[in-house]
Amino acid sequence: MNMNNELTIKIAGEAGQGMQTVGGALCHVFKDSGFYIFANQDYMSRIRGGNNFFQIRISNKQLYTLRQKSDIVVALDNKSVDMHRKDISKEGIVILDKKRFNITGEDSAFFDIPMYHMAKEIGGDEKFVNSVACGFLAEMTGVDFRYVDKVLRTAFSDKKKDIIEKNIEAARAGYDFSINNFKKDIFKIKKGDAKDTLLMTAIDAVGLGAIKAGCKFYSAYPMTPATNLTNIMAHYAKRFNMVVEQAEDEIAAVNMVIGASFTGVRSMTGTSGGGFALMAEGLSLAGMTETPIVIYEGQRPGPATGFPTRTEQGDLDFLISAGHGEFARLIFSPGSIEEAFYLTVKAFNMAEKYQIPVIIMSDQHLADSYRNVEIFDPDSIKVQRYIVSKEESKNVKNYKRYQITESGISPRAIPSWIEDPIYADSDEHTEEGHITEDAWIRTMMVEKRFYKKMAGLSGEIEKPKVFDVEGADCVLIGFGSTYGVLSEMKDSIPDKNIGYIHLPQVWPFPASDMIELLKGAKKIIVVENNAGAQLARLLKRETGIKATRSLLKFDGRPFNVDLLIQQIGQEI
Amino acid sequence: MVEAKDIKSSDEIAWCPGCGNFGILNAVKKSVAKLGRDLKDILFVSGIGQAAKLPHYIRCNCFNGLHGRALPVAVAAKIANRKLTVVITTGDGDCYGEGGNHFIHNIRRNLDITLIVHDNQIYGLTKGQASPTTDPGYQTKFQPEGVIEEPLYPLEMAIALGAGFVARGYAGDYEHLSWLILEGIKHKGFALIDVLQPCVSFNKKNTFEWYSKSIYKVNDDGSYNPEDKMLAFQKSCEWGDRIPIGIIYQVEKKTFEEKTGLEGRIPLVDEQIENIDICGLLREDFT
Repeated sequence: MNMNNELTIKIAGEAGQGMQTVGGALCHVFKDSGFYIFANQDYMSRIRGGNNFFQIRISNKQLYTLRQKSDIVVALDNKSVDMHRKDISKEGIVILDKKRFNITGEDSAFFDIPMYHMAKEIGGDEKFVNSVACGFLAEMTGVDFRYVDKVLRTAFSDKKKDIIEKNIEAARAGYDFSINNFKKDIFKIKKGDAKDTLLMTAIDAVGLGAIKAGCKFYSAYPMTPATNLTNIMAHYAKRFNMVVEQAEDEIAAVNMVIGASFTGVRSMTGTSGGGFALMAEGLSLAGMTETPIVIYEGQRPGPATGFPTRTEQGDLDFLISAGHGEFARLIFSPGSIEEAFYLTVKAFNMAEKYQIPVIIMSDQHLADSYRNVEIFDPDSIKVQRYIVSKEESKNVKNYKRYQITESGISPRAIPSWIEDPIYADSDEHTEEGHITEDAWIRTMMVEKRFYKKMAGLSGEIEKPKVFDVEGADCVLIGFGSTYGVLSEMKDSIPDKNIGYIHLPQVWPFPASDMIELLKGAKKIIVVENNAGAQLARLLKRETGIKATRSLLKFDGRPFNVDLLIQQIGQEI
Repeated sequence: MVEAKDIKSSDEIAWCPGCGNFGILNAVKKSVAKLGRDLKDILFVSGIGQAAKLPHYIRCNCFNGLHGRALPVAVAAKIANRKLTVVITTGDGDCYGEGGNHFIHNIRRNLDITLIVHDNQIYGLTKGQASPTTDPGYQTKFQPEGVIEEPLYPLEMAIALGAGFVARGYAGDYEHLSWLILEGIKHKGFALIDVLQPCVSFNKKNTFEWYSKSIYKVNDDGSYNPEDKMLAFQKSCEWGDRIPIGIIYQVEKKTFEEKTGLEGRIPLVDEQIENIDICGLLREDFT
């Protein structure tokens, strides 16, 4: 029996071998039988070949991150055996097909299954090997076969009946093979009560949030890891009366979002750093024309094309300063799937309230990782509108789009709802929206777009999430996807006096909160997935507080809890 | 009933005296008046350049955005509120240079919008560099040896890309131009009106005088068939001694609004969004 009542399972093979299909199916099998899971895939930027793997961590309690070592590795090709053998835990095993892979050597960790032979015999095709694997993994971990049966029927529901039956037969054969040959209980761990949770990724949650917030227009150019957001929006477009349009480039995408928003519709685009670089011009246009827009930015390692399918938090500096000129913006950095959902709804509300661009900054790791979440509470979400309503529009006279107000926010009327024409301009403009070169008006407008709006935004910051910071010997700080790993790490070393702070909003920076929170801190360690210690530098710039140390990871892979425990252990 | 004089805005006009843009502005006002729509239901979108200032001079909604980016703003505005009449005023540099990609792909998209290109074959606002339509050999400070690139032929290009309405107007013939603009707006789908517009400050070749010698109406004798694609290609190639103006090519095509089902629905902007029910989604699998 596993000491911590948890397992890490890795399925490895070439791209195109169907790791995602079997991985996704297994996630559902485990969830349906009560396990909490955390799963993600490590994939290369290619369609076939190479080495990809799908990893699933299961337990009877909520999980937020990955482990370094696997307990069970399923190798679907010869290469995966060598690559992943070294990363197994003390009692870990590698499941392989020795005959098929031409492996003759003995290894106490090997568990040989003629899975390819079984697949061919039952299904008539080696591709059924995934279902064989699914079956024996279920048995080894003590999952009842009926869950496998149900999930496979759903996963292959669009296939012919004959294919569905063959997949189930293949899974059954894998299941029986395990009963008859793998006569150990070491991987049969205690299940949890996760049956009624939702299995999703943060990007699914952003999509759901956008739908709930009333997004009616979504335009994007495909780019990993933001493409899945397009997929989810397109999937639900008909049902929720949204228009989802593939733009000719990111420049078009952001300008389209601005056009739709100017006309009165809540609009969004999604991209990664490279695409966002093209959008910088449009971001500035949204700032100048005071048009609300929401941009999802799923970070991946740069510069340039970087590591297209991997993770990093290297765009913080860029997002804060992108676009020419000075204007207010808001940047959220959700750390969990739940936060991704609620902050997306808030992003639309705030964009409309302040008539500014709002960026939801995430990264590949959070975007693509599956986890169980408690079903969101739709009643706790308020969609608030900040426009001159159709009703109120009838009474508007002598409308000025950029009317100077104390808050910097001018009433936003919708074209064709009011009688007066609306003029919006990217040039410096008068209150009426006409082009001007007047020095005094320029000053007033900069104050409006920059000072006044920033002041308003600073008054309603999404507060830092704080855990055991008071009196702690050491305070850890992170933003975005490191939230999960920081919280699990802390639970794993309860004897140390450690607190941590997660920032769901990085701009405007919660400076006064951080000064208050860190005033007694003996040691401050900032944990981030980049090489430049960008969050630590932002903290210093905005508060004057210098971090004791930065723990940085920039190999394109996320932090895992074991590595972090080791690193933090050396620090304190 | 709106009259052309009601369409004038209070904004001071910032064009050079004698500029071809005045002819286009007057033609626009006349066609808007004839259109018979409320001015509040009309949106003019522009990018950057002298042509892009036009929306400020009329009393319709205006979004004056970035260089080359008028089209993406305009198409999305139309998607958001399909009841708006959306017209883009842009220059040859703005539309065919910086905005070339958007020009190509929005013809493919085929929304019901009207694109008026003020084509003076020169960059006016930046004081005289070559544009994509400048005649070969024309000397500028940026091209002191004369332009060596092949010019871009907007009409041929638009026809090849599948535009349903391709026309050429002339700023010096305001009656004809206002008729063309009105036809373009009435055409269901993407309409291009490339307008020959003398630049009195920087284009010393393609002047009013130069044009007056060669311009003729393509359908002068009533025998021209604008549905004949090969003929349209032929006409769109004529340049120099004989320059045809008028509707060069026109066919009916399914619009974006029809294909997406937008046409049968209330405009997106009129949808209530405060209480969207996502409870159903929360019972579904996502992965």
